[in-house]
Amino acid sequence: MAGYSYSVGGTTWRFDSLREVMAKASPARSGDYLAEIAAGSDAERVAAQMCLAQLPLKRFLNEALIPYETDEVTRLIIDSHDAEAFAPVSHLTVGDFRNWLLGDEADEASLRALAPGLTPEMVAAVSKIMRVQDLILVAQKVRVVTRFRNTIGLRGRMSTRLQPNHPTDDGAGIAASIVDGLLYGNGDAVIGINPATDSTSGICELLKMLDAIIQRYEIPTQGCILTHVTTSIEAIARGAPLDLVFQSIAGTEEANTSFGINLAMLQEGYEAGLSQKRGTVGDNLMYFETGQGSALSANAHHGVDQQTCEARAYAVARRFKPLLVNTVVGFIGPEYLYNGKQIIRAGLEDHFCAKLLGVPMGCDICYTNHAEADQDDMDVLLTLLGTAGINFIMGIPGSDDVMLNYQTTSFHDALYLRQSLGLRPAPEFEEWLAKMEILRQDGGRIQLGEQLPAAFRQALERMA
Amino acid sequence: MPEKPTTVANPWNHLRQLTPARIALGRAGASLPTDAQLDFQFAHAQARDAVHLALDTDALAERLEQAGFDSLQLHSAAADRNTYLQRPDLGRRLDEASTATLDNHAAAHPDGYDLAVVIADGLSALAVERHALALLTRFAEQAAADGWCLAPICLVQQGRVALGDEVGERLRAKMTVMLLGERPGLSSPDSLGLYFTYAPKVGRTDADRNCISNIRLEGLSYNLAAHRLLYLMREACRRQLSGVKLKDDAQMLSVDDDAPKHGNFLLG
Repeated sequence: MAGYSYSVGGTTWRFDSLREVMAKASPARSGDYLAEIAAGSDAERVAAQMCLAQLPLKRFLNEALIPYETDEVTRLIIDSHDAEAFAPVSHLTVGDFRNWLLGDEADEASLRALAPGLTPEMVAAVSKIMRVQDLILVAQKVRVVTRFRNTIGLRGRMSTRLQPNHPTDDGAGIAASIVDGLLYGNGDAVIGINPATDSTSGICELLKMLDAIIQRYEIPTQGCILTHVTTSIEAIARGAPLDLVFQSIAGTEEANTSFGINLAMLQEGYEAGLSQKRGTVGDNLMYFETGQGSALSANAHHGVDQQTCEARAYAVARRFKPLLVNTVVGFIGPEYLYNGKQIIRAGLEDHFCAKLLGVPMGCDICYTNHAEADQDDMDVLLTLLGTAGINFIMGIPGSDDVMLNYQTTSFHDALYLRQSLGLRPAPEFEEWLAKMEILRQDGGRIQLGEQLPAAFRQALERMA
Repeated sequence: MPEKPTTVANPWNHLRQLTPARIALGRAGASLPTDAQLDFQFAHAQARDAVHLALDTDALAERLEQAGFDSLQLHSAAADRNTYLQRPDLGRRLDEASTATLDNHAAAHPDGYDLAVVIADGLSALAVERHALALLTRFAEQAAADGWCLAPICLVQQGRVALGDEVGERLRAKMTVMLLGERPGLSSPDSLGLYFTYAPKVGRTDADRNCISNIRLEGLSYNLAAHRLLYLMREACRRQLSGVKLKDDAQMLSVDDDAPKHGNFLLG
């Protein structure tokens, strides 16, 4: 394979492979330095971006970054590529593709039709030569709408995952956070618990509790326990009421192996979920989580930069028609995304790439205490993702996850965005909030009830 | 005339007894009230300070000496905190001066030890300053009664978990225990973690280690942590292994009760 080169400013920069061009063209982040694949200087980075910009999009169909023979994610990407859908942009270079995306020809209809013709590598490539405003402008052109018990991702709306985690999975403690979230108008994407336990019987108990709460209060939403896909399959076999099948996924076969999964297992989980027929308005039922750096952290990145590895995970996701995909952007730590600047850009890249690939993207806008980031950084990313048309964000009491020990967006944060951008929850949930006299919204005006809603009064008085 | 309040309290305040989560914070408009906002900022500031606080190994060595422990001072290959945070690989290795210190010590003590105790800053020097000596004192009493022979306590700056295995290997210790500060949470800036390896050597993985975490006043007590460590040591020597294969038995000693304690009021 001939190498790549680009001459600029009196220097000729050489790159051994497409993989190296991609890695060196990536905006700077600590994970690519850790992997020793990042550009050696700012000039080399831009030279790599210039080199990338003049490459035809078709090149990505001919030069796999991770070999087809040894990686089932590459095989999935290549084998499911839709050449007909790709046709409108098949003659473009990466640089011209950016121009095309920013122009009028790229609209909701054309982008939706194009999605099956794009590969993760193509969208990762174009994202590397885009600024933050480009990532936002293009992403907000297209919506990805999914349905289970409500409709998520419509234009002008943003949903929230209510995340009522508790350090010991205590039922009453979880319920207390659920009440808090619901009464702040959160929970339409899913009520999703990260369990402390990994025992199947413990998981089944939590599933029963979530199901009972959703039924008792007739909440148009879905429940999920974020446990391994094999545990969900086992829980279904034991007769537990399971709405969404969860799994963390990554963009290389080897990284997925480190998660204890492969495509066949995901298919098995998907089919097990479908067999339950629990959706009322649709059957999107997979919930995936991803995040830049996961392949590197499993030492399974094959020299591919972390943002491209991440985009490849979306090819895995879209195969199973998920309800929700969530990039947990700042959870992994500063050795992958060092500071607020890197976390903000990564969140926008992930959202952009996912939307272009037809994936219903949400974002866990988050950070750990050893990252150089704070609430201000999260507010910036929250506001930008709201503008870009994010499907959903997390909602947690006071931004503090007392089980996973990190900070994500709060119930209040979601209301901030609803007020600032006029974003409303999923229509079915919005109706429920109004009926329950919890919250009414008129454009950017939010009206929260001052009294306890009648349906919750009795339960809360029991605890008083 | 009383002024109109600027915040709205939540009528479910009494649920706070059920969870450490920050529920029922009330609202100013629909936003976080000033008190809750500043409480959060202080918790985050404490956690950040814990991450960046340098471990004063001279002071710790002095306190150890007063308690009757010899110590050696070591440093990882990560020169400073920023390097440490971005290069986990360097935090897992010793720098050159430290390997020389250990090798010299080992040459003078060729018979080796039963146990090398390593204390590193990890992600919270605060945890080490508050809990390491107290835990060590309780543990050492029992260890002496059991007849275990301990190497000098190794104090490491900018150290990660795996570094303990190299220390143990160089000191020819049969086992290593690493005490280090865990990643601070908002409500736990000073949580100490303990990692145990049988037959320590470079290249051991997480699967070869046992972890006892959340050692702090509000978490696992020193006595229980010491008790569990001694159990691990005895079992590890008997079965000549550590890690996942020891895990289940060790957990039987846990007093943590993970079973739900309260009925669920939402479904009552």
